[in-house]
Amino acid sequence: MNLHSGWRKFLNAFMLGLTAIFAFATVSVLFLILGYLIYHGGKNVNWSFFTELPKPVGEQGGGMANAIVGTAKLLSVALLIGAPAGIFSGVYLSEFGGKAPNFFVRYMADLLNGVPSIVIGIFAYAIVVLPAGHFSTLAGGFALGVMMIPIILRSTEQFLKAVPRTLREGAMALGASKWRTILTVVVPAAASGIITGIMLALARIAGETAPLLFTAFSNRYSSPGFNEPIASLPVMIYTYAIGPYQDWHEQAWTAGLVLLGLVFVLNVATRLVFARKTAAAR
Amino acid sequence: MNGASIVQKHQNLEPVHLGQKDIPLVELPIGTIKPQFKISNLKVSYGAKEVLHGVDLDVFANVVTALIGPSGCGKSTFLRSLNRMTEVVRGTQVEGEILLDNENVFRMDVVKLRRRVGMVFQRPNPFPKSIFDNVAYGLRINGHHDSLSEAVEHSLRRAALWDEVKGQLHKSAYALSGGQQQRLCIARALAVNPEVLLLDEPCSALDPITTAKIEELLFQLKSSCTIVIVTHNMQQAARASDFTAFLLDGQLVEYQSTRKLFTTPSDPRTEAYITGRFG
Amino acid sequence: MLERVNATGLTPSFRPLRIYWERLRRGDEIAHVLTLIFASTVIGVTALLVYQLWIQSALSRQKFGWAFFATRVWDPVGGQFGALPFLYGTVVTSAIALLLAVPLGLGTAIFLSEFSAKRISDALAFLVDLLAAVPSVIYGLLGIFVLAPLLRVWVEPVLRSQFGFLPFFRGPAYGVGFLAAGLTLAIMVVPFIVSVSREVLISVPREQREAALALGATRWETISRAVVPFAKTGILGSVFLALARALGETMAVTMVIGNDPKISASLFAPGYSIAAVIANEFTEATGSLYLSALIELGLVLFLLTFVLNGLARLLVLATAQRGGLLE
Repeated sequence: MNLHSGWRKFLNAFMLGLTAIFAFATVSVLFLILGYLIYHGGKNVNWSFFTELPKPVGEQGGGMANAIVGTAKLLSVALLIGAPAGIFSGVYLSEFGGKAPNFFVRYMADLLNGVPSIVIGIFAYAIVVLPAGHFSTLAGGFALGVMMIPIILRSTEQFLKAVPRTLREGAMALGASKWRTILTVVVPAAASGIITGIMLALARIAGETAPLLFTAFSNRYSSPGFNEPIASLPVMIYTYAIGPYQDWHEQAWTAGLVLLGLVFVLNVATRLVFARKTAAAR
Repeated sequence: MNGASIVQKHQNLEPVHLGQKDIPLVELPIGTIKPQFKISNLKVSYGAKEVLHGVDLDVFANVVTALIGPSGCGKSTFLRSLNRMTEVVRGTQVEGEILLDNENVFRMDVVKLRRRVGMVFQRPNPFPKSIFDNVAYGLRINGHHDSLSEAVEHSLRRAALWDEVKGQLHKSAYALSGGQQQRLCIARALAVNPEVLLLDEPCSALDPITTAKIEELLFQLKSSCTIVIVTHNMQQAARASDFTAFLLDGQLVEYQSTRKLFTTPSDPRTEAYITGRFG
Repeated sequence: MLERVNATGLTPSFRPLRIYWERLRRGDEIAHVLTLIFASTVIGVTALLVYQLWIQSALSRQKFGWAFFATRVWDPVGGQFGALPFLYGTVVTSAIALLLAVPLGLGTAIFLSEFSAKRISDALAFLVDLLAAVPSVIYGLLGIFVLAPLLRVWVEPVLRSQFGFLPFFRGPAYGVGFLAAGLTLAIMVVPFIVSVSREVLISVPREQREAALALGATRWETISRAVVPFAKTGILGSVFLALARALGETMAVTMVIGNDPKISASLFAPGYSIAAVIANEFTEATGSLYLSALIELGLVLFLLTFVLNGLARLLVLATAQRGGLLE
């Protein structure tokens, strides 16, 4: 009996220790990633990385200004496509839709959310690149925008639904029509949540590479307008990492650090701001 | 029991005392009481379930009418029918007739109806906006953009909240206490100058001191508008109302001057309820 | 008697129409239709995606039929396309990934939801969320410059000398290959297993734990005999979700798998995956048959993830509802 109970206690302690080791191993990957990126990429983060174009092979220096601007442009196009579609559809699900249409829309959005990003790339290629006959910022932004739609849709729906019914009734009892109620009371009450959803969606697509490979393609120079191939940070990291040159590898590390910084800042800032907002509303 | 017979019944009664507790503050000759709402054969069902089985009742102008009854008796549903808030819930069916100043509310524009018939809810529900914007909300959606600040001040004064918030009109309404929030909601409803104010258990989430303040407020407000209040608190109905209607299982059991209903109820079920034998 | 206006004048059945007109006049119906249009675009986009994959792959589907999935040859010059090497690579790397990621992820989830204090749990869960947000190209970057050299110099020689009797651990150590891709994928999907499993474990009703604890079970016995069995469908759902991620993952795999359409028993050997071949060859695909074959691979990938995601959602939902019913 004593032996048995001793074994049970040992097993309990052992499993506690084991799962703790697993947990810290999992989390330590994050610090490994950060550490390597800072170690390899940190030394080359300087002004010229953000302001200069890539130098031809063999020449030292140069930056990724075109890729940084490119990522910004691609994200803007994606936002213009993904945000309205996601927000309005979310409003439909939360405020207007019946049971059956809602199920259908949600099902399709979940389906879209699960599609591998490379397949989204094929889709954008077939829809935008093939008819136009060339790669473009629009095609890349379209691919990323399509990826944003289901994320924004679900978060918008979720936060709108969390707005208490009493607020809606308060507005309607004052004679506000339904759309007035939604526009002036429901959406403002859910605004910080909706914005959080959009920022997290942006953070998620900012690092996407696969859907850009054959939509935005890449460009060694700046890309004026929205109708030409355009460089982006993720694609540059990929190209430079698999390239054969030592200085490309260093640039890839630096670009990786910048990209990860962007993604993390978006994530952390959004969560912090949002946490404060919800606390204030209570 | 229809509206006309109630009026006739009252003519046989002693003069109605429109006052608090047992002090008759105003004696109103019975002939001057006029009905504001005339409700006949009101039936409401949610889906297949009928919760009001044909209620006839007249609500009189410039008095406080209390609706009492055990929970689930349909008193809130009745109240919500008066400004067609029942339509907000999907699958609700309303039958019968409700006349507001002899005008059928189901044929009125619902926006205009709700402007004339304001509502205050069980839990304070200020919008996540500033105090000022809360009160101005109804005015703005009705297209009034001039002299908003006078109107806001006036409404806050009527709701007895002005002195407490005048320095912080642009603070969030969530910074107020529960009782202040409820008075803010009353001010918000008063801002559009409704003829009727419906209150759905407005004090159920509030402490006794705040409750007393709101009852006092109702007493002051009834000179300028008709008040219908749903309450599960019989003492509150006895204190603050002039007429009381007792509903049970979706039917109107008794409708009397408050004094009479609580002293000499004519229906045994009413007596059972007010003496606490059920509900 | 008081004068009465005649009864409503409208039979109740007409009332919905009246309400509809009233709403139309107020703009509610316009808002409804406007949001409905946007909601329909979500359906439209998804349907169009499936449609495009289907018609753009028609050429390849008609030419090769089911043999596409049983052919080992991928010869763009000769016009011969078989998906077998890519299917093999995708399945093998995903299997390695799950083998490693499931214990690690589940252990982490158990620690976070059962053993650790709430503050530690929340902090670690936040870090895991950040880990899930790391772009896959960055995993690829570390895979190619850190993991692959490590495997080539240290891990693979040791595995060969110790477990060389197994066919998986033979042949030259390249660094890049199935093992590198599988390991990278494992690290990438752990956060997904952790966050979904943690949610599922947290949703297990407290009564389930208390019943076991009240019978004198230790913490671990409670977990292994009450909590995990209760949550097992949801945990399985998280595994399917992770598998769907692993199958569709592109960049990191492309960078470390070696990109060689061969089927080898050895995990050290370079291989290829469906997503990787699309990423590498799509822009270079000359000729419509070549492109069509690549798009058919995309269709396969879509169908695989579609089925897995569907199953995963059902399982997670089933557990959540069971928890909800008992509460």
